[in-house]
Amino acid sequence: MIIIENVKKIFQTKTGNLTAVDDVNLKINEGEIFGVIGYSGAGKSTLIRMLNGLEKPTSGKLEVSGKDIASIQGKELRHARQKIGMIFQHFNLLWSRTVAENIAFPLEIAKVSKFERQERVQELIQLVGLEGKENAYPSQLSGGQKQRVGIARALANNPTVLLCDEATSALDPETTDSILELLLGINKKLGLTIVLITHEMHVIRKICQRVAVMEDGKVVESGDVLEVFKNPQTPITKKFVGQGTEQQDTKETMNQLLKKYPSGKVVKLTFVGDTAEQPIIQSLLQNVQLTVNILHGNISQTQNGSYGTLLLHLDGTEESIDEAIQYLNQQRVGIEVVNNV
Amino acid sequence: MFEALFPNVVLDKAWDQTLETLYMTGVSLAFVFVFGLILGLLLFLTSKGSLWDNKWVRWLNWITSSFVNIFRAIPFVLLIVILIPFTTKLMGSMIGASAALPALVIGTAPFYARMVEIGLREIDKGVIEAAKAMGANSFTIIYKVLIPESLPSIVSGLTVTAIALVGSTAIAGIIGAGGLGNYAYTDGFSRGRTDVTIFATLAILVIVFAIQYIGDIITKRIDKR
Repeated sequence: MIIIENVKKIFQTKTGNLTAVDDVNLKINEGEIFGVIGYSGAGKSTLIRMLNGLEKPTSGKLEVSGKDIASIQGKELRHARQKIGMIFQHFNLLWSRTVAENIAFPLEIAKVSKFERQERVQELIQLVGLEGKENAYPSQLSGGQKQRVGIARALANNPTVLLCDEATSALDPETTDSILELLLGINKKLGLTIVLITHEMHVIRKICQRVAVMEDGKVVESGDVLEVFKNPQTPITKKFVGQGTEQQDTKETMNQLLKKYPSGKVVKLTFVGDTAEQPIIQSLLQNVQLTVNILHGNISQTQNGSYGTLLLHLDGTEESIDEAIQYLNQQRVGIEVVNNV
Repeated sequence: MFEALFPNVVLDKAWDQTLETLYMTGVSLAFVFVFGLILGLLLFLTSKGSLWDNKWVRWLNWITSSFVNIFRAIPFVLLIVILIPFTTKLMGSMIGASAALPALVIGTAPFYARMVEIGLREIDKGVIEAAKAMGANSFTIIYKVLIPESLPSIVSGLTVTAIALVGSTAIAGIIGAGGLGNYAYTDGFSRGRTDVTIFATLAILVIVFAIQYIGDIITKRIDKR
């Protein structure tokens, strides 16, 4: 369990004070995957770095697994850090050490005996799928493999929390997915809490249960990923959600379509959860007399269920269109008549 | 053939002088390595934004930095002369190979310290941060991250320093420390025996090339980047 209460971080720069994190309150439950999304400069990196004491908050309370991270220091802080794993955007491996030696490093810090170290390293190599690469140096590995070493290293001392600082931002989409799947598997297998920061909605959608959206140091929105997807409140969240469903690319297409179909109506349906998996269009056609043209469809999987949008062109008499909209309204799908984008 | 080219070179003596040069270079290099490494680490660790950075260590940085700058700036010939009282007290004499050691070490360690510092600065800050995030203390970071990660720079810097030291031993030789420099000057130059001077020069060149060759091999072997 991680509690962040009224946390503020002000950096003193030559040009004046810079408030990187501004009065943030968050509660992250044990065993959940919590995402923080925001553009660069939003303060998310500072926030995650405060969770293991790499940065100290200017004010506020920070509690990670019952430890007051903001105020402890010296030996106590170092011990607490051994139970908080961290992975980085640029992996930060020691090039002078092999894969096995890199993974053994945190164990050396925790003064684990050589024999136990070797055993644990073998386990971790298997866990992250790097069999056969034990004696390779980081320079001989691909980005994805390097991040696997980073993950194994972060997990070496059986942490209760794993912090991911833009862990997939330097990876290609395919490798990103494989790393996300690995993180998800670890979360399920070991039950550890994962806090990740990212600027990619895709990452949030794929593995997070809850999300906080940050802008200018503040958390502007937070909640279940699916809820936030369904009902984004702030403009920045809408932007991120658009990024997640590639909606932005279709804006132009929609304008084209509106021109192309002057009669009837274009409606946008939003499906959340199990309604996304029901044959709504078919039942609509059975109930109402009209033509339905599917213009654009999209469905994404999140950790709490699926989320989809569908653009339809409804054509027929005025009454039948109204009837159709009414029918759809009853089906627990979000419906919105698109007039102009 | 050899006698025709170098009529005045007595091989036994030349060999003794070579050994003396190697002795001065080797022993002073060992001390330079230790002191330079400590000074270089101190410069790095106390610098702004680094591991030990706080108000209290800033003055330590200032002192170390000043010491390094002063002793690096003094020309070596003058340093030997300035250090004569210190050398006589420490070594019991101011003549001979061993008497050259204090000046060689004091004159060269600051130079090497700066090279170590440069090597340490090249380490990715993220790696140091990762070690901190794992709960490593300063000591662990120094000997398990800083030194291993900058080892190629530490070794190649040592190669450059060793070569500079060979040059310095020759200067020290002229002032009375023995070795190939002394041999070239007293037996060669002073007596108008050009062949001795040339032979001593060639011997020094061989030593320098050997040091560079060995240094390059080691650097290449330890660099896994």
